[in-house]
Amino acid sequence: MTQLLQLFANPLVYLLVALIAILTFIALNGLILVYVERKVAGFIQRRPGPFEVGPHGLLQPLADALKLVGKQLVVPRDADRILFWAAPLLSFAPVAVCLLPIPFGPHLVGLNVNLGVLLVLAFSGLNVLALCLAGWGSNNKYALLGAARAVAQSVAYEIPLLLSVLCVAFTSGSLNFAEITASQTHGLLSWNVFTQPVAFLIFFVSALAETNRAPFDLPEAESELTAGFHTEYSGMGFGLFFLAEYSYMIVVCAVASVLFLGGWSGPFLSGHWWMLGKIYALILAMMWFRWTYPRVRFDQLLNLCWKWLIPLSLINLMATALIINLVR
Amino acid sequence: MTTIQKTLKGLWSLIVGLKVTGKEFCKPWITVHYPRQEVTNLESYRGHIDLVPRPDEPKKPLCIVCKRCEEVCPSGCIRVEGHVPGEQTGEARQLLLISNVPLPNSAARDPICAADKTLRVLDGFTLNYNYCSLCGLCVQCCPVSSLTFSSDVYLAGGSRRDFEYDLLRRLKNRKIKV
Repeated sequence: MTQLLQLFANPLVYLLVALIAILTFIALNGLILVYVERKVAGFIQRRPGPFEVGPHGLLQPLADALKLVGKQLVVPRDADRILFWAAPLLSFAPVAVCLLPIPFGPHLVGLNVNLGVLLVLAFSGLNVLALCLAGWGSNNKYALLGAARAVAQSVAYEIPLLLSVLCVAFTSGSLNFAEITASQTHGLLSWNVFTQPVAFLIFFVSALAETNRAPFDLPEAESELTAGFHTEYSGMGFGLFFLAEYSYMIVVCAVASVLFLGGWSGPFLSGHWWMLGKIYALILAMMWFRWTYPRVRFDQLLNLCWKWLIPLSLINLMATALIINLVR
Repeated sequence: MTTIQKTLKGLWSLIVGLKVTGKEFCKPWITVHYPRQEVTNLESYRGHIDLVPRPDEPKKPLCIVCKRCEEVCPSGCIRVEGHVPGEQTGEARQLLLISNVPLPNSAARDPICAADKTLRVLDGFTLNYNYCSLCGLCVQCCPVSSLTFSSDVYLAGGSRRDFEYDLLRRLKNRKIKV
């Protein structure tokens, strides 16, 4: 037993276990979120949603996953085979790393690093590259248009996202998720959402755009681009993109709840329940937005970012810096 | 100033939108969960056409064999066959079939009277529902209102033949409501 514990103390083994746990969480979460998304869509449109497979359609995502796994993998003619198959892998792989430095509980951290925020932002940026490769490698006009949109959108929205994260980093004086959480454990009012409400709003809007969720789902706009960058993907190629999209939702919501909503801090329940509750509340809000708002036009999307979010976040950042200096 | 006002108004409209969908989320379903529930307003369904029986003799149709429905049908999916009782043959029989036809709605007030006046007897009324486009022209042009839409919604079959209906037989086999 002690030997086993010693083995566990080895950082490499610990990391491996954490990665496996995270991948399990991501897979389970994909199944749950598909179901929840379809149920939310159904209830908002006042229909039952998936209902036939299992009690209340609970087994529907499992059936869908089996179908996706069993499908033939098709590569379009004249497509770049290597890029075409690299793209879904590249889209999905960084997700595990993104969840590593996030504290799900007081002691439930995969990798406690000083620059956790930077790590997440850097690795989530890789997703754009994946979408770009998918669009280019598919040899399809819709996919290429989707990829072009994805790049323009992600590059634009990364700026306000980073600036709003910087505000939090300024106030808590750290880029370590654990320390940022620790600075918010003094009751509800110590949460950053109350000291930085504008930054939270900007972060959430940018996060919606970064994860390509409606109303900013232009890279895959079904009604204009058939399916955008993943038009040509079937089977698990599509499945990986799908899983990656839901996993990035988890990532941004986890980051948002750590940075702004106090992470695992909360009364009565253990930390990880509070963390999960906050993450899923934010995800439910994202789904609610998706089934409420129509998709924005591309010029509206970029105008919103360059004319509103970036100046607002800059002003917010400067005001934060000023106030911090005055208080000191 | 107006830009800020417009922006605030826009932001408020986003909240209003969320309120609308949030309210709908909490309301019960309005769709009918088909195999477990069924709709109750099937009478208003306009399915394939059906013959209308005479009020006094429910096994006989009001049809006067004018063949207008057959002519007007854009898909050519109606076939009406009739004969004139008696000994007329050849040209005289044809004439009898064409003449004596009232205008649409002229006999609508007393369809039984119209059916009695005309000498023709309906032998067969077949509908090929495979080609019917449900335009309803036959129902509109029937001078004696002998055609109506059935509320037959549960249609399924394994072959085309399943949708070639003998409407006269349908009428004769129909259960009479007491």
